[in-house]
Amino acid sequence: MNFDPRFSGRKFTSVGTRPIRPDGIDKVTGRARYGADFNMAGQLVGRVLRSPHAHARIVKIDTSKAEKLAGVKAVITAADLPDLTDGDAAMYDVLDNCMARTKALYDGHAVAAVAAIDARTARQALKLIEIEYELLPHVTDVDEAAKHTAPLINDAIFTEGLEEKPVKPSNVTKRSQFGHGDVHQGFGQADFIVERSFKTEQTHQGYIEPHACVANFSSDGTADLWVCTQGHFVYRQHCAQLLGMEASKLRVTSSEIGGGFGGKTHVWAEPVALALSRKAGRPVKLVMTRDEVFRASGPTSATSIDVKIGARKDGTITAAEATLRYSCGPYAGSWAEIGAMTAFACYKLDNVKTVGYEVLVNRPKTAAYRAPSAPMAAFAVESAVDELAKKIGMDPVDFRIKNAAQEGTRSSYGPVYGPIGIGPTLEAVKSHPHMKAPLGKNQGRGMACGFWFNFGGQTCTDLNIGMDGSVSLAVGTVDVGGSRASLSLVAAEELGIDYSQVKAIVADTSSLGYNDMTDGSRGTFSSSMATISAARNAIKILRERAAQMWDIAVDDVVWEKGHAIARGEKHGNLGKLSLKEIAVESGKTGGPIAGHSELVADGAGVSFATHICDIEVDPDTGATRVIRYTVVQDAGKAVHPTYVEGQYQGGAAQGIGWALNEEYIYGKDGRLQNAGFLDYRIPVCSDLPMIDTQILEIPNPNHPYGVRGVGETSIVPPLAAIANAVSNAAGVRMTHIPMSPPRILAAIEAEREWSK
Amino acid sequence: MAGIAVSTTINGDAVEYLCQPDETLLDVLRDRLGLTGAKEGCGTGDCGACSIILDDRLVCSCLVLGAEAEGRRVETIEGMAHGDTLHPLQQKFLEHAALQCGICTPGFLIAAKDLLAKNPDPTEEEIRFGLAGNLCRCTGYDKIVRAVQDAAIVMKGA
Repeated sequence: MNFDPRFSGRKFTSVGTRPIRPDGIDKVTGRARYGADFNMAGQLVGRVLRSPHAHARIVKIDTSKAEKLAGVKAVITAADLPDLTDGDAAMYDVLDNCMARTKALYDGHAVAAVAAIDARTARQALKLIEIEYELLPHVTDVDEAAKHTAPLINDAIFTEGLEEKPVKPSNVTKRSQFGHGDVHQGFGQADFIVERSFKTEQTHQGYIEPHACVANFSSDGTADLWVCTQGHFVYRQHCAQLLGMEASKLRVTSSEIGGGFGGKTHVWAEPVALALSRKAGRPVKLVMTRDEVFRASGPTSATSIDVKIGARKDGTITAAEATLRYSCGPYAGSWAEIGAMTAFACYKLDNVKTVGYEVLVNRPKTAAYRAPSAPMAAFAVESAVDELAKKIGMDPVDFRIKNAAQEGTRSSYGPVYGPIGIGPTLEAVKSHPHMKAPLGKNQGRGMACGFWFNFGGQTCTDLNIGMDGSVSLAVGTVDVGGSRASLSLVAAEELGIDYSQVKAIVADTSSLGYNDMTDGSRGTFSSSMATISAARNAIKILRERAAQMWDIAVDDVVWEKGHAIARGEKHGNLGKLSLKEIAVESGKTGGPIAGHSELVADGAGVSFATHICDIEVDPDTGATRVIRYTVVQDAGKAVHPTYVEGQYQGGAAQGIGWALNEEYIYGKDGRLQNAGFLDYRIPVCSDLPMIDTQILEIPNPNHPYGVRGVGETSIVPPLAAIANAVSNAAGVRMTHIPMSPPRILAAIEAEREWSK
Repeated sequence: MAGIAVSTTINGDAVEYLCQPDETLLDVLRDRLGLTGAKEGCGTGDCGACSIILDDRLVCSCLVLGAEAEGRRVETIEGMAHGDTLHPLQQKFLEHAALQCGICTPGFLIAAKDLLAKNPDPTEEEIRFGLAGNLCRCTGYDKIVRAVQDAAIVMKGA
């Protein structure tokens, strides 16, 4: 059935209200089951042995002693996960990352695993596995790794994207370039130019729930996997491919997920748990420790970025250029490419050029982290934009308004924008009371803009109407932060019934067609589109059944406010039939009533935000305090505004941690020094103020309700907004994130020294 | 290895179990007693997801041995509601959307209950420092603080 996804302005009844989420009671009573809360009869405990070395050849692995330990039921190495990737380089990297094959490529890289009757036995068994390593030189810094003299991580890698194929291998896997116009000419027209280099350190998503799964491989070749994931269909595909199974033989159930933020989009432990279960012939539960999560899951890139922006006296930007180097861990990625695409996306530019370099380092494989790659690029660009405004003598908000992209602007990464929210967020910030709040001694105010693409993707949804008129909604996008509530609102809206009549669940991989992951801020955007489509399909059947009950033509039946209504004077006495009245009779009118939808949710509207923050800096210690924080972001249409606010606040808080505190610290030995929440300090309650939010609604023309993704954009501006605030408070431009007290103090002292 | 026999009280019920000397109370609750409401976020006392109340004291159950519960009173998230009536904190967490993924929620509720028991009328700052031992990565704490403020008002009126 044809589905028209275009926006149609309508008056909403359910959408935009703030009901209690359907999974709420379970989550406040401790009944909700997360990855580690599931158990099976006869289950074993799985544990992974990890490399203590940053870079080492695996010469020999002897598992014989571990295998002989009483209570050990299986020991596996890479030999138990043979290469079935058939030339798929990306999947081979996933396989190698799950279990090192010839070389350990980072501190924490899995090299073997055991399944035993209890955790104590499993831990003992790991100690009995003997591994002979040949240590190799390592490199963990992104700039060091990009040098020609750096130790090579993979000598089969030759930089892609260069005009001439290089003759020597390199840690730089790819060069990518975006832009239009002529930046050389543009800089020639500039009265003022700012040129600076910036660095950001590697951070982790910091989800509170470690990766956890239970795998049960049966001797008939089928398997079940219970796992916390952002995409159980993708996990099924990856696990099936790596274990040589047909996808339909592997049923993956997504547990409640205790945070992901992009970090639960890749398999790490799951193929290992399945391989252990296959070998042991029993279910295996594998839960990462926090130390393992930091050392061996997928943090974001560390970066090094050079920015140059020029403008005329009147404040018009004439040219903008950036070179971005992003660390990928030891496997190829496209992180710098995304950074290069997003860097100048907020602005209307005649001359713009960005170049990205993907750099291999001996650190864990980089994974997505909420608007991956965009926050670092925004930090560099928005810092330079602020400095340029100052040079020109313009207010930073006015300067951005003057140069903001608008509908019809050709974006720096290629496409021409439709209706967008960058201008409106800036105008809202300009008139926001926060901008007039008084600042105290040593306090500074900063603001910055951010952009994220948003994603749509493959989506499949079932809507089943029970014979009592209640509605079951089965979606395939994992609910990471309240989407079952928002999707229930959408189903209620479309069907014209009450929210309480809808019960939404996340279906397993055997019960529903394929769905892409909950990433790219797509959960509510794409599944609401599929829910609307499924509901409209169900309404068509409801109308048919009503027509049958009345014995009139279906074209004479319309659906309004949850009821079938006979249209036309000739049917004046028929009254109306409620959804429930039609459902009760469904057994006699053709059987169950359901609506299904399979679609690719195209047209995810791009998203913009502008943040304001006030920071106090202690000039004697470099310590900082966040005084005020405001988020203004375009949601398209906020389906459940409270959870939209929650996304804005959560992204801002993560950005604050990234800007001020969080970083991976590697020793000279290439080992991670701070693999725990004590030393990798994420913001706690007493670190933050209330986070004020303002939701703008500029409808996305490609969604029936105007919805845009809202989850990710909120982490894009904070690094820059805070850097601008700290720079204003401390009187010195900060160029290295995180702005930890020692870094701020060093910058202040260097400035004092320079001023002497 | 011989287990240690422990008699304790959990959420008002007499409970007996055997545990190993190196087993944490969190492991006992989750793996032996099926009380999985307390979560292991770190295992080192840094995240508060395993918060419980032990003889009126808020503790991380990952830092307490199972054997140490002998003769003590343990309160977990599973004992917070009375039948199908939610504790005001639970109700306010729902109303304020003070949870997104919800993994930290049991720990926050237990910590907030302990806070309000000791300080029924906390300022925002006292709430923020009172809950500083619990990590939440989703919410930015804004709605959690508001939920606790609102629950404190309800509980004072009760």
